[in-house]
Amino acid sequence: MENGQEDHGMGSEDIRHNEERWREEVRELDELKARFMTTSSEEIDPLYTPDSLGDFEYLDELGFPGEYPYTRGVYKNMYRGRLWTMRMFAGFGTAEDTNERFLYLLEHGQTGLSTAFDLPTLYGYDSDAPDSAGEVGRCGVAVSSLEDMEILFNGIDLDQVSTSMTINGPAAILLAFYAAMAEKQDIPLEKLSGTTQNDILKEYIAQKEFIFPPEPSMRLITDTVEFCARRMPRWHPISISGYHIREAGSTAVQELAFTLADGFAYVEDALARGLDVDDFAPRLSFFFNAHNDFFEEIAKYRAARRIYARRMKEKYGAKNERSLLMRFHTQTAGCSLTAQQPENNIVRVTIQALAGVLGGTQSLHTNSMDETLALPSDTAAKIALRTQQVIAHESGVVNTIDPLAGSYFVESMTNRMEAEAEVYFDRIEKLGGVIPAIEKGFFQQEIARAAYRYQTEIDGDDRVIVGVNRYVEEDEKIEIPILEITREMHDRQIARLQALRERRDETAVSASLAEVRRVCTGTENVMPSLIEAATNHCTLGEIVDVMREVFGTYREPAMF
Amino acid sequence: MTEKKIRILVAKPGLDGHDRGAKVVAAALRDAGMEVIYTGLRQTPEMIVNAAVQEDVDVIALSILSGAHLTHFPAVLELMKEQGIIGEVLLTGGGIIPEGDIEALKEQGTGQLFGPGTNTRDIVEYIRNWHEGRS
Amino acid sequence: MVSEAGNHEALIAGVLNGEWRATARAISIIENSEAGRVEILSRLYPSGRSGRVCGITGPSGAGKSTLVDRLASHYRGADERVGILCVDPTSPFSGGALLGDRIRMNEIVLDPGVFIRSMATRGSRGGLGKAAREVISVLEATGTEQVLVETVGVGQVELDIAEAADTVVVVLVPESGDGIQAMKAGLMEIGDVFVVNKADRDGAEGLRIEIESVLGLRTGREWRPPVLTTIASEGRGITELADAILSHREWLEVSGEGERRRRSRIMSYVKEIVQDALAASLWEEGGYRRQLEEYLPEILEGRRDPFSVAEDILAASGMLESLNRDSD
Repeated sequence: MENGQEDHGMGSEDIRHNEERWREEVRELDELKARFMTTSSEEIDPLYTPDSLGDFEYLDELGFPGEYPYTRGVYKNMYRGRLWTMRMFAGFGTAEDTNERFLYLLEHGQTGLSTAFDLPTLYGYDSDAPDSAGEVGRCGVAVSSLEDMEILFNGIDLDQVSTSMTINGPAAILLAFYAAMAEKQDIPLEKLSGTTQNDILKEYIAQKEFIFPPEPSMRLITDTVEFCARRMPRWHPISISGYHIREAGSTAVQELAFTLADGFAYVEDALARGLDVDDFAPRLSFFFNAHNDFFEEIAKYRAARRIYARRMKEKYGAKNERSLLMRFHTQTAGCSLTAQQPENNIVRVTIQALAGVLGGTQSLHTNSMDETLALPSDTAAKIALRTQQVIAHESGVVNTIDPLAGSYFVESMTNRMEAEAEVYFDRIEKLGGVIPAIEKGFFQQEIARAAYRYQTEIDGDDRVIVGVNRYVEEDEKIEIPILEITREMHDRQIARLQALRERRDETAVSASLAEVRRVCTGTENVMPSLIEAATNHCTLGEIVDVMREVFGTYREPAMF
Repeated sequence: MTEKKIRILVAKPGLDGHDRGAKVVAAALRDAGMEVIYTGLRQTPEMIVNAAVQEDVDVIALSILSGAHLTHFPAVLELMKEQGIIGEVLLTGGGIIPEGDIEALKEQGTGQLFGPGTNTRDIVEYIRNWHEGRS
Repeated sequence: MVSEAGNHEALIAGVLNGEWRATARAISIIENSEAGRVEILSRLYPSGRSGRVCGITGPSGAGKSTLVDRLASHYRGADERVGILCVDPTSPFSGGALLGDRIRMNEIVLDPGVFIRSMATRGSRGGLGKAAREVISVLEATGTEQVLVETVGVGQVELDIAEAADTVVVVLVPESGDGIQAMKAGLMEIGDVFVVNKADRDGAEGLRIEIESVLGLRTGREWRPPVLTTIASEGRGITELADAILSHREWLEVSGEGERRRRSRIMSYVKEIVQDALAASLWEEGGYRRQLEEYLPEILEGRRDPFSVAEDILAASGMLESLNRDSD
């Protein structure tokens, strides 16, 4: 080792000398652009060399797969042992419509389910509430009751499949619907596996589907974390999400830093509740975006794993190895897709998915080419799934683990992203932590600025988007089949909900809602009362109304 | 010595929380010298038209990505009629809106509606042209 | 838009009747200096003496909009109508502005008894500007019982708000350095009522004491500004704030200070009108802007100095024979 370092030192003098000469020569050459930059507007050097890495210690910075600091991956043999879960996000119309799509995807080789709920459900409104007008079943499936949930998973073995639910504000209630459904089928909660997104911080920061103020929202999340730690050991109660932060226009570093800051805020909240870090940390999971810039994305995933492992060990004192692992789901970037020449999106998704795989993701959703036009059609969703299967089985990238490690460029970018994330952590801490920073609009402003810069670059032709500002086809006719949400779907959902209200035991409903109110007002865990309310057919909207009365509602801070 | 500026209301109707586009467009309109009244998320048609009247705006711009455009645009048009500002105030906007729906909404009285990938300069130019044609 | 005399008649009647649409149009005419501005302002002036203009100022992020929202709700509870003006800076680069105060006013935006107008400072060089003061007078003329003017307390704006409002409420939050910033910015000089908002945060009591002690140094004044604590987001402390504003108004009347301020305000308003009219008649109508431009090269080349050029212009216009060379 001593010897090796000396050699390296000698060599680096030589390399530096030659590099300077080379750079001088390159400066004389014409280049296509004044500035070469990543999707996040970071300037990129023409060449990376050993010099770019400085004092790089292999074992400290990378280690081995499945070993601290997990830069190279969270599992020892990665995709040689098990491929990532191919999990396509799906949901539209009524529970029947989405159930049909679920069965279709499973039939075509999908290995996990992922549920998109409609906006009313995400905001905790029943399908027949006045606020739901025009939105029922449009951006996802409408689920207002246990009955809707049962139809959604009809014919699917709950103890066999893992189910992800993209739900945040009312996540505890949807989890209660899922648990109540399993209990009715005599499936023990211990056997349920899946994820609730349940990440309210990124809602305030980026996605904006919040209901309650931060404090009671954090309490609901920590209640689910605690409940799952005790009763649903195979469930990921929370998926800390950078995806939406990126979709809102952040840079890759902002996505990385804000998501991890959110993650650490949840850890601290659970610790404050008196939970032991090793009791809940192994079940925390993450969710990242895969944007266009191939190497930047790969570096982001690698940096994320390393930062997380280091903090969990050094700052939060995690002892269990599994508490240090950052497992994450990846979705290709919806915001990168173009309405123009939509077939080109298949190519974008392929590059993005490949970055996710080379970055070591645990599960992957690939977007459909038609998503800037409407919800994905069957065919478009199938092509997207096939894209993953081609990567897995034909490209050869799964044969070796973290194949880009040791690339001067990828390693120096990984280092840079880690360092820049640390700068953000400091800034957030100076603002008093994540929640005060949200209330001051810090994240929102950072993201809005980055989004505006990106758009300005496109509008000024400093950034090329194929089919949008270059290689444009005038008078292009878009001819791909579009999924329609019909009036019939809407009416069917409303009719079912109203029939349920007629049929159910009103005494049990009022008693359950009174119990939910009592529990929310106090400090005990809400989950048992929510499961009880779900079983007695209290609707989502009814439960949220009670919570809104107890917890209040949240409004976004002025951002300008 | 007039200092007439184009005043424009930018709002997100309904439940859709995707405000990236609305904010980017708001910033672009500001940088084009317009006064942008940004009302934020979860605006009802009543809130939108009420604000448009009190702020005496020239233009209302709505951003809808949730697919609920056939509900929200007509509701706003209806209230604009009620308040007597239709024709006087331009209703425009953008989001994920299929071509056929854009045509239908324009027939009902909206101005141009912009889809994904629109250059913000085109939006600025459209509003300026409309404004010049009016005054 | 075409302006006709008849329109202004209806518009003026509308404003006096408290109709929001007419009020909104009248404000635009004033903001844009459209034809009819003087007529509208002079006709509305006698009705614009409510004496109930409350300025709310403070650093950005202090929760002013939320406070205005809650204060307006409070007044609505007593069935009083409220006119609100939110002033934000114009971008010096583009001349445009992003006005986002409505975001925080969800509680009242649909109340027919509340009128909210967002306004950019435009050409007023960072200050509140004459137009804003005139817009306030339109709001007063609508007969609303309360007029609230929200401004960001930076630069020239807060001095202007002190001139335009009867009562100035300065809002601060317990954040590192906010108190010191406020003192530097001169906010301590203009406040009639101080509010420590977000009072559930750490450091609130410290900030309150800090303000009290600085105010203690403000000697020789009859009105001792109260320092209140609020949590606007939860509606706490709002009644006390409304009471403090009311007490200040009563003091203004009893002490004669209100009368003194009105006199000084009228003095400077009339002077400003005269100066603006003179300037306009000289530069634009008299065509002396062109003449000045013709002189420019001579000044640039050092053949003339600005004073002698000014004297030439004044003499030519017949306004003044020569500059008083003894004055400063």
